[in-house]
Amino acid sequence: MSGFAYRRRKIASIVVLGLCASSAFAAVGVLALILGFVLVNGISSLNLDFFTHMPTPLGEPGGGVANSIVGSLLIVGIAALLGIPAGVGAGVFLSEYASPRLGNVIRFTADVLTGVPSIVVGVFVYSMIVLKMGHFSALAAGIALAIIMLPIMARSSEEMLKLVPRSHREAALALGITRWRTILSVIIPAARRGLVTGGLLAVARAGGETAPLMFTALGNRFMSLSVTGGPIDALPMRIWRYGIGPYPEWHQQAWAASFVLVMMVFTISLTARLVLTRR
Amino acid sequence: MQVGRGNSTTAVTLARRRLWRIGNWGDALSRIAFAGLGLSLLAVALLILYELVLESRHAISAFGWGFLTGTRWDPVDRVFGAAPAIYGTLASSFIALILAVPVSLGAAIFLSEMAPPWLRSPLSFLVEMLAALPSVVLGLWGIYVLIPWVRDPVEMWLGGHLSFIPLFDGPPFGVGMLAAGLVLAIMVLPIITAIARDVMQAVPTSQREAMVALGATRWEVIIGAVLPYCRSGLMGAVILGLGRALGETMAVTMVIGKGYNITASLFQPASTAASTLASEFNEATYNLYISALVELALILMGITLLVNILARLLVWRVARSPGVIAE
Repeated sequence: MSGFAYRRRKIASIVVLGLCASSAFAAVGVLALILGFVLVNGISSLNLDFFTHMPTPLGEPGGGVANSIVGSLLIVGIAALLGIPAGVGAGVFLSEYASPRLGNVIRFTADVLTGVPSIVVGVFVYSMIVLKMGHFSALAAGIALAIIMLPIMARSSEEMLKLVPRSHREAALALGITRWRTILSVIIPAARRGLVTGGLLAVARAGGETAPLMFTALGNRFMSLSVTGGPIDALPMRIWRYGIGPYPEWHQQAWAASFVLVMMVFTISLTARLVLTRR
Repeated sequence: MQVGRGNSTTAVTLARRRLWRIGNWGDALSRIAFAGLGLSLLAVALLILYELVLESRHAISAFGWGFLTGTRWDPVDRVFGAAPAIYGTLASSFIALILAVPVSLGAAIFLSEMAPPWLRSPLSFLVEMLAALPSVVLGLWGIYVLIPWVRDPVEMWLGGHLSFIPLFDGPPFGVGMLAAGLVLAIMVLPIITAIARDVMQAVPTSQREAMVALGATRWEVIIGAVLPYCRSGLMGAVILGLGRALGETMAVTMVIGKGYNITASLFQPASTAASTLASEFNEATYNLYISALVELALILMGITLLVNILARLLVWRVARSPGVIAE
């Protein structure tokens, strides 16, 4: 009988583990399903005009989203310029300077800040900057995304800086190099690969965000290269506008824009991964 | 350092002293700069809270605590109650967790305990890619692929066979609470999976070996040793997923259908705090309206803060650093 009981336990084990395996593949299946639709619908309406032309007035066929792509690059560029150095700096503070207690408080704040809904950040930047400047701008949108990148960047760079062996720091200090030179010339270069990875992941995360842009960039149909000048469009905003609109041509454009956005985000994430693992 | 032989000692000493002094200045300055950047995180968090409270003061003084319980959201009559939005936020996230948690835990068990190494890292990568998918793209997919599917087989079938349960009563709209819950489930699935996997991998091998030595099957090892050991970390992973679901905006806004009634039916259009903000903030025309929306943002922030603090405390107890990517 013990053989029977053992067999029953064995079968139960196989069944449950089979369920676990199928849930893992179900998760991947969902991804494949979404990517499949984006791919099929996106590629069919993708052409050169899509990248080089502006949105056409309603009813006119063709047109593209050149202004949204440029806007996205500008906004994410501003965000990276503000958020990444600040985040790395915060990471340096956490790994090199902070006392354990203060460090924990800041780490905790960073983690909590990562959990703040991005739309709340949008509302915050709207009342903090847009209202005070008097108009929407790429700068406001960039600041909103930088606030989203800051805690992610701080935590990832702290982890990467901590991986630099203690002996590096001791060797540099023993040579009489001051602490700040040690940080800038020894520790940060030693951790640069991890920092680049963290930065790329933060950019990928920020580049796909829509909610914080709605109240800061607003979006429009025109090409804008001005940092502080007024409303500016972004790729995720364009997908949203076109996606909830009533016209089939808009839906096609939304799929194409989704395809471009997904490709950008995935390429950046993949690059981040390769940077970290390449020897 | 090139210094003339003649008066070397004084020159060298002077040069050293100057260098030392500059170095010290550099150290002091850089310490202040880095500390400033580190503390900027605290400053940003406090500033967000301060600004939201400040901007919602009109609504707070107009409605008081009644804002939380008021069930009417009527910009035309200038009456604002947040109850439908709060209910929608909690209910849609709850549906998402019910759907996503079993699948996530299963997937995490597979990734951490079962998958052969050559399969583990590509699968983990794909799960992370699902997490990296922009929410607006998921929303677009939700509108054109998920909603027709939810309307036709799913809601038709549930409404036809199970309509005696209030949850499944009502006309099949497609857009609504159920669609929102599904989209949210897809969004939190990779997050919970990734963190739960990290947490399970932090369980010492000796725990598993002990169970194996007792003659346990593979599943008994997992249920008897691995899961109990990292219980609080798994709880944290689920709550982190909840935090993400509560604040998720774009995908939900695109599929939930903007309704302001609290109903038991999952088929009805509803709204969450985030979706109300997304669809109305730019159209708010007077101060009290904007203020009420900002108060909604404040409530949303309050809820996610509580949830995240709880989750962090639980995860921190187990694994010192939760996955950076998953966030």
